[in-house]
Amino acid sequence: MSPAYLLRRLLAVVLVLWIVTIAVFAITMILPGNAAIMILGEYATPDQVAAMEERLGLNRPAAIQYFEWLFNLLQGDFGMSLRLSLPVSEVVGSAFRNSALLAVTALVTVTVVAVPVGMLAAIKRGTGADLGIGLVAYIGTAMPEFVTATLLLVIFAAPGNPLLPAGGFIPPGESVSGFFNHVILPAGALGLILTAHIARQVRSEMSDVLSSDYIRAARLKGLHERRVIRGHALPNSLAPAVAVISLDIGYLLGGIIVVEEIFAWPGLGRLLILALENRDLPVIQAITLLLAMVYALSNLLSDLVIAALDPRVRYE
Amino acid sequence: MSELFRHPTGLVGMALLTIIALAVVLGPLLAPYDPQAFHPAVRLTGPSMAHWLGTDQFGRDILSRLLTGAGPTILFGVGATALGVLAGSIIGVTAAVAGGWVDSVIMRTLDGLLAVPDLLFTLLIVTILGGGIGEAMLAVSVAFTPGMARIARSSVLSIRTREYILAAIARDESQGYIIFHEVIPNAIGPIIVEATIRVSFAIMIGATLGFLGLGAQPPSTEWGLMVAEARQYMYRSPWVVAVPGIAIAVAALGFNLFGDALRDAFDPRSRRS
Repeated sequence: MSPAYLLRRLLAVVLVLWIVTIAVFAITMILPGNAAIMILGEYATPDQVAAMEERLGLNRPAAIQYFEWLFNLLQGDFGMSLRLSLPVSEVVGSAFRNSALLAVTALVTVTVVAVPVGMLAAIKRGTGADLGIGLVAYIGTAMPEFVTATLLLVIFAAPGNPLLPAGGFIPPGESVSGFFNHVILPAGALGLILTAHIARQVRSEMSDVLSSDYIRAARLKGLHERRVIRGHALPNSLAPAVAVISLDIGYLLGGIIVVEEIFAWPGLGRLLILALENRDLPVIQAITLLLAMVYALSNLLSDLVIAALDPRVRYE
Repeated sequence: MSELFRHPTGLVGMALLTIIALAVVLGPLLAPYDPQAFHPAVRLTGPSMAHWLGTDQFGRDILSRLLTGAGPTILFGVGATALGVLAGSIIGVTAAVAGGWVDSVIMRTLDGLLAVPDLLFTLLIVTILGGGIGEAMLAVSVAFTPGMARIARSSVLSIRTREYILAAIARDESQGYIIFHEVIPNAIGPIIVEATIRVSFAIMIGATLGFLGLGAQPPSTEWGLMVAEARQYMYRSPWVVAVPGIAIAVAALGFNLFGDALRDAFDPRSRRS
């Protein structure tokens, strides 16, 4: 991989993140609610509010506030949570770890299931297996996370003799089996729609590959079908599969908001809903930026993987 | 158009959309009961001859609530998508036609906005606007705008050097004429396909916002809100959440299937059977 390609992609990510900081700052500037009143309580006198605004620097021009905020951000200082009176980095740090545990568990499971299933459907195109997979995948992509989560709870967590806990979180450091017990339902609710979508996309990419000229050539020169698939079709379907998965990570990051709220998973999603309810601007800013950063970096990573898998991309 | 019916996904999609459209238009008339009427004697009863889909925690008839809820749930998705498509097309066509630095600034801004997950974007805007079904609809349309703008732009760019456009330029037609009579009618195919598929996303996001209490408000019978209101009773009486939940999935499925069939009809090369 050429350093120029890497540098160009890195610069693009930095540019995207810079634009996100402007968007996030603009959105939080127009959010209703006043940070000074948030801190002082609703019985504060106008004088007290004015003094607090002065102290927080809220009465200065927006551009100056933005650059000061950005400058602090670059040093890792996200400010103080208005609600919890703790540094944002402290509040968000553990939530980020918990969300990452959920998201990575879901993503790994989704990938391990969806990619082979999609490839199988493409190889068995037109058969009963393909139709069955297609039908389930179509229904899966139409199920929003909160519906899947609710149905999973009814089936697996009904009081009396629940198979799995209805919510909560146990750190894997404390008990690995406890962690897995608690992660199955939220990861399932998060993963169903993604599995369905990725399996469908992988099937259609693999179908394209299988109907391409080089596969026809491989078959015509008398290669065994197994070698056609392993030697030619699979390697050429990997790059598109990586691209599909990386695009769906954005969807996954939105999905954790709802799923964490339903399953009381102490992550970024749950923290975000709490922060939105309380107009806790620094926390909202930090979470939005973090999620956008994770998405942008995962897209970068996937571009690099694709470039490594497919030489045509590198020399574009 | 006949392409749409030849394909099984198109047929099933059309059938589902017809049922959904009938529910939206005739739902309130067909509802056997008043969707808000309490019938304390029949609280949380399962499906029966009197109440085909059972009753909820107040003894309200779930079928009647489902039928009256089709309107707010489906029209939310259609309305939010239509607004997003309109705004996105204006931005995308402007970028493609203007080119140069205008195009670069618009595209880089869109890249930045697209890095924020749709649901998160929607939640931020709902918080600015305040909860409610109209506000939520506007929020979803804003969140859809960057993606639609990108598709509109690339669709316009792909036809920019076609003969009929060059001919119109050679005829010395005005820029407005070229944009509205040549570019937009020919670039609209991919936009319509994307919009149809996005309606299903919009329905799902709308229901999610209703579920979180940020979209439709009681006493609306919007389906996401129906799930949220009945959650307390879901273990005792699973149908109170299952019925509206499945209805949301069926509606989203209908638009998905129809959108896929549309794409095949518009672009025969992408047909994947």
